[in-house]
Amino acid sequence: MTDLTKLSLADARKGLVDKSFTSTELTSAYLGAIEAANPSLNAYVAVTADQAIEMAKASDGKLAKGQGGSLEGIPLGIKDLFATKGVHTQAASHILDGFKPEYESTVTSNLWRDGAVMLGKLNMDEFAMGSSSETSYYGPVVSPFRAEGSNANLVPGGSSGGSAAAVSAWLCAGATATDTGGSIRQPAAFTGTVGIKPTYGRCSRWGTVAFASSLDQAGPIARTVEDAALLMTSMSGFDPKDSTSVDMAVPDFAAAVERGVKGLTIGIPREYRMEGMPAEIETLWKQGLDWLVAEGATVKDISLPHTKYALPAYYIVAPAEASSNLARYDGVKYGLRVSGKDITDMYELTRAAGFGREVKRRIMIGTYVLSAGYFDAYYVKAQKVRTLIKKDFEDAFNAGVDAILTPATPSAAFGIGDEALAADPVAMYLNDIFTVTVNMAGLPGIAVPAGKDGQGLPLGLQLIGKPFDEETLFAAARVIERNADMDFSPKPWW
Amino acid sequence: MSVDAATVKRMARLARIRIEEDEIASYQGELNAILGFVEQLQEVNVEGVEPMTSVTPMTLRRRDDLITDGGFAEKIVSNAPLSEDNFFMVPKVVE
Repeated sequence: MTDLTKLSLADARKGLVDKSFTSTELTSAYLGAIEAANPSLNAYVAVTADQAIEMAKASDGKLAKGQGGSLEGIPLGIKDLFATKGVHTQAASHILDGFKPEYESTVTSNLWRDGAVMLGKLNMDEFAMGSSSETSYYGPVVSPFRAEGSNANLVPGGSSGGSAAAVSAWLCAGATATDTGGSIRQPAAFTGTVGIKPTYGRCSRWGTVAFASSLDQAGPIARTVEDAALLMTSMSGFDPKDSTSVDMAVPDFAAAVERGVKGLTIGIPREYRMEGMPAEIETLWKQGLDWLVAEGATVKDISLPHTKYALPAYYIVAPAEASSNLARYDGVKYGLRVSGKDITDMYELTRAAGFGREVKRRIMIGTYVLSAGYFDAYYVKAQKVRTLIKKDFEDAFNAGVDAILTPATPSAAFGIGDEALAADPVAMYLNDIFTVTVNMAGLPGIAVPAGKDGQGLPLGLQLIGKPFDEETLFAAARVIERNADMDFSPKPWW
Repeated sequence: MSVDAATVKRMARLARIRIEEDEIASYQGELNAILGFVEQLQEVNVEGVEPMTSVTPMTLRRRDDLITDGGFAEKIVSNAPLSEDNFFMVPKVVE
């Protein structure tokens, strides 16, 4: 029998509907793969095997009668940031020790409504703060990829590194992820997977642990563009419980995948041609554009003049919102408590023990930029710059651009415990240089694997779309995926 | 702008995070690296620019002023490190 874990989500769905195999068989195959791989990859922080089999059996009952939702019986991994009722939900932080919510996030509720099966909770950077999935309390996620001829461990990117590693190493058919500055797209690019951050407001944030509320969006990571589209359709939708959720019909994203790019205008922003960018990234970018042009798209050189200010503005806005959102972790209502001589002592000791270094650093920066006397100079200034960044994109779209093509990351994956990056927080932040603008402007962005570097590591391209036009991104990403026509799966060493 | 050791201590206090004396210098270095990086925003001309308050143009929805949820105190305290009779228990705060 073929290895069921190697099927795309779309093919698994066909096999289930055709009764070639059952969800119980498919789910068991994934649970076996997780058991074998997780000691090496550390992608899952909790495996919900019994619950998975129970959900799979329920799906099999429906499938046997020719019923079931669009994801009936499909086993998924869930980022530890999503509240899952009665199941480990800790944002990979020590401060949420033992937290098992009494409620389910809207995004995961939507997936279960459509029949999906939960395999477990996926590792990530603590509170989604990081670009390497090394800041987790549960230890770093290890990428399933290694450079040719090397046995050194690489990072899968972050913060959704567990999601990306699990999807690429066949430990789930697809995964949920979240993206505040690039946390879906950068790990997808590092692991040869497809990741989309939809337009702000497309997915409900209700029940997702908050990092920076004006930037956070959920989205899927999957092995193909079509799989990502299938997941996106299920995850999206209006939710009255999130005041920024947009009341708009959700298209059938999968129906847009084969639409092609004929007649589309693709913008190439000159500011994304960074000094010192590796030649292979430049080549990849050109190659992607050539593929789109060969299939009928036209090119337009554009300028997004405030691009270089997106990352510095982000490192004011995101920590400011994080310092406010993370004020709730005080040892009173849930999670870790460290006793002290009085209540303030208890707060301080709990937060000192419960948060990791990167989280503390960002809370401190956020506290500083919001403090009396500095608020206007930092936070208000950054929000004004954000208005300008958004206007750059609006000008491009008003000038007839349908989507913008850029590299997804400035390099391929780097090593775990990289000393230069550990010594300089800003160097790590530069990983998000091509992705963070999209969050600042609330736009949709997709990362799609397009090539490999000289060491055989995956490289991705990013497409940025108009608000609520994820369909064009799926269509254009599919053209790149089809033309790349490359095997982006890792060579198992684990 | 850069922060000194006293400011680092004050921020830690405001954020309710205990930091030890021997940690101050490294936090100070890291915070100053980040503040140095964001300093480049000073060169952007933002005259007449409105600060962003909502990334998608929308007005906040209103709903009827009705009780739509509640009545599950035991669920709310179910994850508390310490609770009694559906109340959170904390060290004494009023003398």
